[in-house]
Amino acid sequence: MAAAFDEMGTGGNLRAAYRTVSEWLQSTPPEVFAHKRREAEMLFRRIGITFAVYGEGGDPERLIPFDIVPRVLGASEWDYLARGLEQRARALNAFIHDVYNERDILRAGKVPEALVLQNESYLAQMEGFEVPGRVYTHIAGIDVVRVAENDFYVLEDNCRTPSGVSYMLEGREVMMRLFPDLFARHRVQPVSRYPEALLETLRSVAPPACKGEPVAVLLTPGPYNSAYYEHSFLADEMGVELVEGPDLFVDDDVVYMRTTQGPRRVDVIYRRIDDSYIDPRAFNPDSMLGVPGLLAAYRKGTVTLANAVGAGIADDKAVYIHVPEMVRFYLGEEPILKNVPTWSCAKPDELAYVLEHLGELVVKDVHGSGGYGMLVGPHATRAECAAFADKVKAAPDRYIAQPTLALSTCPTFVDGGVAPRHVDLRPFVLVGADKVRIVPGGLTRVALRDGSLVVNSSQGGGTKDTWVLEG
Amino acid sequence: MLSRTADNLFWLARYMERAENMARILEAGYRLAAMGTVAGGGNTEWHSTIVAAGCETGFYEKHREATAEAAIDYLARDPDNPSSILSCIQTARRNGRAVRTALSADMWDAVNGSWLQARGFGDQDFAPDTVRRVLDWVKERSLLFTGCVGSTMMRNDAYWFTRLGTFIERADSTARILDVKYNVLLPTYETVGGGLDYVQWTAVLRAVSASRAYHWIYRREVKPWLVAELLILKPEMPRSLAACFIEITRTLDFLSSAYGRTGEADRLAGQIHARLRFTRIDDIFQMGLHEFLTQFIESNVRLGQEVSKQYLV
Repeated sequence: MAAAFDEMGTGGNLRAAYRTVSEWLQSTPPEVFAHKRREAEMLFRRIGITFAVYGEGGDPERLIPFDIVPRVLGASEWDYLARGLEQRARALNAFIHDVYNERDILRAGKVPEALVLQNESYLAQMEGFEVPGRVYTHIAGIDVVRVAENDFYVLEDNCRTPSGVSYMLEGREVMMRLFPDLFARHRVQPVSRYPEALLETLRSVAPPACKGEPVAVLLTPGPYNSAYYEHSFLADEMGVELVEGPDLFVDDDVVYMRTTQGPRRVDVIYRRIDDSYIDPRAFNPDSMLGVPGLLAAYRKGTVTLANAVGAGIADDKAVYIHVPEMVRFYLGEEPILKNVPTWSCAKPDELAYVLEHLGELVVKDVHGSGGYGMLVGPHATRAECAAFADKVKAAPDRYIAQPTLALSTCPTFVDGGVAPRHVDLRPFVLVGADKVRIVPGGLTRVALRDGSLVVNSSQGGGTKDTWVLEG
Repeated sequence: MLSRTADNLFWLARYMERAENMARILEAGYRLAAMGTVAGGGNTEWHSTIVAAGCETGFYEKHREATAEAAIDYLARDPDNPSSILSCIQTARRNGRAVRTALSADMWDAVNGSWLQARGFGDQDFAPDTVRRVLDWVKERSLLFTGCVGSTMMRNDAYWFTRLGTFIERADSTARILDVKYNVLLPTYETVGGGLDYVQWTAVLRAVSASRAYHWIYRREVKPWLVAELLILKPEMPRSLAACFIEITRTLDFLSSAYGRTGEADRLAGQIHARLRFTRIDDIFQMGLHEFLTQFIESNVRLGQEVSKQYLV
């Protein structure tokens, strides 16, 4: 694996965006950083930003480690990235609409029909009906990694219920409290407009039946969900009700919430509950989290769900391979952001290649998420590789493989001082019926262990504030 | 607002108040146990404390005898007891966490901070000779919470539901503390009005922080009927049943005028309030203090249910 691209640069090749941060890192004594880090942790704990880690015992309400060294992007590199993100989000939405309606892309043979129609994420309940603005994934979390100056790859498209935006917003708040002078020496584009942009996006897709000001709500699985803090935070910032399934009911295909003043009609639901739990009548009948009759109301067009049911067909790890083709097919443009070359173990010749090169590849379960069920070849022991090979052979359809990318590194405060660590980036793309909104920045996740490429919070990853400088 | 939000606020306030009352009841237990020995009482003080807390059934399923250690453990920290101080704090925080958006930042800090600190307590904090520090701490936290409610919450329906929770719970607790004194504490060989009776009434007064108020209002030695009058009928005594119902009826009036409708909760609260306003303490003793308090506790419980039916489901 080649040496990683460092975003600050080294020695004489210091990158412009990092000039001030570099000075700051050199002039600040390590004990000040250590002190600031403790202060940051205290702030996070006090506002209650915790997340749940399942199945490991210990404290179930844990903090994601926050690194106090910001990641800095220049205005032009961000603009480039943002154009690529908007393009990709538009193509993904066009694809979802297409597969549930005309299926042009399947007929044209650009995407294999079986891959879509027999996919677990394809939901027949969504066939043949139009959603407002033809938007299906209103909030997309598109994970991007960088390997060189102008070389960005999309790792995956999260089209269902991507989370993490509260870390972006609260991380910024904490940084502004801890380092006001560092902010004063930069012109950092603000991210605080996100909740407002989200609300505008939700209102833009209100159902046609809605006259007057649309009533939006945020539907959460409840306080035991690992992202509950984020749900309450966003509802609060947007000034909308945070509802749980039992707070809503459907009467004559119209959705209402139960209030202290009687039923109140709901127009747009930003739901943070998975498809299979959203309506026990349409999907999992045991779900206590959902709202009986919601899907029927949705199909009637009296209420809009964001993101749409069935949007997961676009972020399936095997469908991912075809996203660049979607950009060309629907938009007639060349993709700005690249896909990581991906081998599909479902194909015998590619499977053979994967098994032979296991030690160099990252192998992922197409149904897995959060860094579970994956093998990072270069960091695995021989025994781990052999055990994983057996799993792949037993169910090749379940696995895809990608080369191990040399993710870029950023300066990070660790026990031994400031050192480079690998990072990725999850920007949040908001797609409305009127336009696409992207707040400059995103959630930078950092692998805190030396040499590690796994940035997931469940696997020892942390987060950083992401700064986009003014042009 | 969402019915569930109102429900969570109502119970958040009730459980914070219950934690405080549990601390007060335990403190009364301490005083009674200490003074009981001096005045020649029996060993029933901790048993009485358990009954006062409304925890008799659960307690004797786990413990054979009401010793100081067992009573403290069960009332202060046992996770199996939903009304133990630690359980109350946990339930309060769970309710608060479910409605973070309806709380002011200070309220959340008060609730969450209590929970974080409570998690740090160990065995040594609950030993009979050290637990008083925890009890003082609980009272402080609860007072901080009610202070935050009063000085940082917007005066809208969220505030009113929170206040309802506080006062319905407080009325329940004051009635229970009084009731237990009258029926359980006094050994059969002691006479009403005797030496032990006197110190026990003093303990009741202290448990509800009413000792100074008593002397301020009555300016004479402690008499059972005056203690009862103070805690039941005196509107100027902040934990009295009458004071609680002044707040409850006023709060329900705010709600009904904001929402433009009234219901069974309003009628029932008005009825209880009227009884507290127009009854004399002689009438109560004529009827039997225990009977009066039992009826009160029942109708107060029913009021809680009617509030739920009217607004919270």
